[in-house]
Amino acid sequence: MLTITDLRKVYPTGDEALKGVSMRVSGDEVVSVIGPSGAGKSTLISCINRLTEPTDGSIVLDDTKITSLSKRDLRRSRREMGMIFQEFNLIERLTVMENVLSGRLGYMSNWKAFRRKFDAEDISKAYEILDRVGLEDVEDKRVDELSGGQRQRVGIARAVLQRPKILLVDEPTSSLDPETSAAVMELLTEIAREEEIPVVINIHEVDLALEHTDRVVGLTDGRIVFDGPPGELDDGARDTIYRGGEPRAKAGERTTSTESVEIEPEGSF
Amino acid sequence: MSRADSSGSDPLPAEESSDSWIRPTVFYNKQTKYIVYGALLLFVLWSAWELRPSPARVLSGAEAAQGLLATMFPPDFTPEARRRIWDGMIESVAMSIVATILGVAISVPIAVMAAENLAPRPVYYVGRAIVSISRSLHELVLAIVAVVTVGLGPLAGVIALVFATPGFYAKLLAEELEDIDNGQADAIRAVGGSRLQVLVYGVAPQVVPRMVGLAIYRWDINIRASTIVGIVGAGGIGVTLLNSFDRYEYDFTLAIVLSIIAVVLAGELASAIIRRRLQ
Amino acid sequence: MAVEPRTSWTKYDRKTKILRMLGVLVAAVVAVLAWRALHVRYTFVANAARNLRDLLGRMYPPNPSYAVEIVPPLVETMNIAILGTGLAIFLSLPIAYLGAENTTPNAITYAIGKFLIVGTRSVNVIIWALFFIIIFGTGALAGVLAVAFRSIGFVSKLLAEGIEEIDPGQVAAIRAVGGSPFDVVVYGIVPQVKPTFVSVATYRWDINVREATIIGFVGAGGIGASLDASIDFFQWSNVLTILIAMLGVVLVSEGVSAYLRGKTR
Repeated sequence: MLTITDLRKVYPTGDEALKGVSMRVSGDEVVSVIGPSGAGKSTLISCINRLTEPTDGSIVLDDTKITSLSKRDLRRSRREMGMIFQEFNLIERLTVMENVLSGRLGYMSNWKAFRRKFDAEDISKAYEILDRVGLEDVEDKRVDELSGGQRQRVGIARAVLQRPKILLVDEPTSSLDPETSAAVMELLTEIAREEEIPVVINIHEVDLALEHTDRVVGLTDGRIVFDGPPGELDDGARDTIYRGGEPRAKAGERTTSTESVEIEPEGSF
Repeated sequence: MSRADSSGSDPLPAEESSDSWIRPTVFYNKQTKYIVYGALLLFVLWSAWELRPSPARVLSGAEAAQGLLATMFPPDFTPEARRRIWDGMIESVAMSIVATILGVAISVPIAVMAAENLAPRPVYYVGRAIVSISRSLHELVLAIVAVVTVGLGPLAGVIALVFATPGFYAKLLAEELEDIDNGQADAIRAVGGSRLQVLVYGVAPQVVPRMVGLAIYRWDINIRASTIVGIVGAGGIGVTLLNSFDRYEYDFTLAIVLSIIAVVLAGELASAIIRRRLQ
Repeated sequence: MAVEPRTSWTKYDRKTKILRMLGVLVAAVVAVLAWRALHVRYTFVANAARNLRDLLGRMYPPNPSYAVEIVPPLVETMNIAILGTGLAIFLSLPIAYLGAENTTPNAITYAIGKFLIVGTRSVNVIIWALFFIIIFGTGALAGVLAVAFRSIGFVSKLLAEGIEEIDPGQVAAIRAVGGSPFDVVVYGIVPQVKPTFVSVATYRWDINVREATIIGFVGAGGIGASLDASIDFFQWSNVLTILIAMLGVVLVSEGVSAYLRGKTR
């Protein structure tokens, strides 16, 4: 279970990205964080494993208070949080297998890591996960030979191989085409069920969020303004998230980025 | 691939080999990789053994270095020294200018010869051969041969630099010529232009800015070279430099080296500025 | 209102034309002044072609039996190039670190890094050789050091650029899985900079083979010494043999270097 309490982040430039965010994620629920650009979605995700250092507030994963860990203990805790990145962030010049196995680096001695001496158990698990995400027989390819969708699957496999307690997913689909995006979201939700871990997905495509996640958190200007099941996200709630409360009629033509909102997913209402 | 089966729901048949994975390498196999690395290491060790810097030599070297530094400072910039540096430097820079003009003049036809799309096969190979020879022989090697041919002095230096120029200029210009847009040349052919007109209207406008840029760049390189060809007697500040070494006037040596650095950097800067303005 | 038919067209207007002509004039004056500054004796120029023909006649044919004798100095040339490049890379690592904007500790270290890069690059290998001969005496040791010091600027400049260009996302990913700083270097940074390192090393080695052929003129080892000696003793066919050998060695190393750089992607 992940508990975030009153999380704040002020960047050195003075930008206040998070102005007191509190939320709780548990079980195997898939939570999407939606909101306009600059609302603090990415900051929130990367504060959880402290790739971005929060300014104030606390983050607790199970019994561990992430926000007060020393560097060394933080590394230990990061092993238990799988992260999936917008730009995939794979080691481009290494093979698919090395990338997936790099999910175990936190458990290996430097000497073993240097010699690429991975445990047999991890290797067999890696093969299993590669099959699971639909990447058979590409383990010896270099990542820079793969397509975007394949790369994101490698990214997912790397995170799953960590056997994490939670998956943190930062804009997994914004570098992908719509069809691949849906497949990746599908895969993420299935993995949450199979591994019985919660998943936090920060995503800007609202229909994908509604279709694939159990719970939607709306973030605007560093604050949570909506938190509930997809069915509750009505027009009023959307206006609150994307237009700061202005009703749609007045702001109708102001933004094109929310056009997709109008296409309702089937069966949600 | 070590795994035959890929239908996820039925993992059993391929399972036996799947707990090991061998990292692919750029070499044919692991053995080759270790042999190549081992051979390289042995070669380096053997090279180092050939040098065998004995402790005594390093020790005396440290002493010599101290002595050298002590005599070098302060650098000798007395009026007499400044006059000699000035004379040598003027000669060097003059050599570089003359050599660049002549070198570019002989490089342009060589470049046309060495451009695959403009020259017939046999001519192309001759052009490439000239470029390769000019590139491979160091300016100082050319200078030492030039000194034998025309005697000591800046003329030998100019000849050396002229012969070194096609290796750079003709090579890059030939590449430029190979990249031109043939449509433009075809257009001139289509209106009934002669061969020369095709070159002047269809080819030249595409490469002239680059030709000027390359000439300036080569001039920059020639300045550097002109400061050292004097070491083998081919004129310029290099002669002054070698004399100062021979006479153990290391304070004067340092002054010359500092002046060379200044001139080289000034040339680099000037060349960079001119090339940027050309674009 | 009728427009007067325009019957004349010039590419440049009057002002541009004058400026261009002035430019050509200045260039011509500089060229003439430069030529005069050389105080060339025209008899030398007149005889140059004949002298060159004479010389080539005396050089040809090359001396195949001498080819065997120059194998050791050729090997020494290679050794100087390889060791010099290796030493240069070793010395360049810290300098690249200082000279890279994102890794240098402060403005002063950055200035030191830049100074070392520019300074070592601006002094020709032959000048470095002369200095190292004073210190260590004649021989290949001075040659190796000269080649190494000459290469520092080039190598560390390119290495620094390679380090500056790495993708921070890949580093973040390794940190996110809980990797140690060591893991970050081995998995996050090394794979990214490896091609740069390999290509810089082989490229510089290629250049250094050429440089190593000449430092023998001042006594710093390699084939240059043989060339100098052959000229001193008027053994012209040996001179041609050496020139051909130099050509071969340089072309072969250029090929090897290009092959290796093509292999690393």
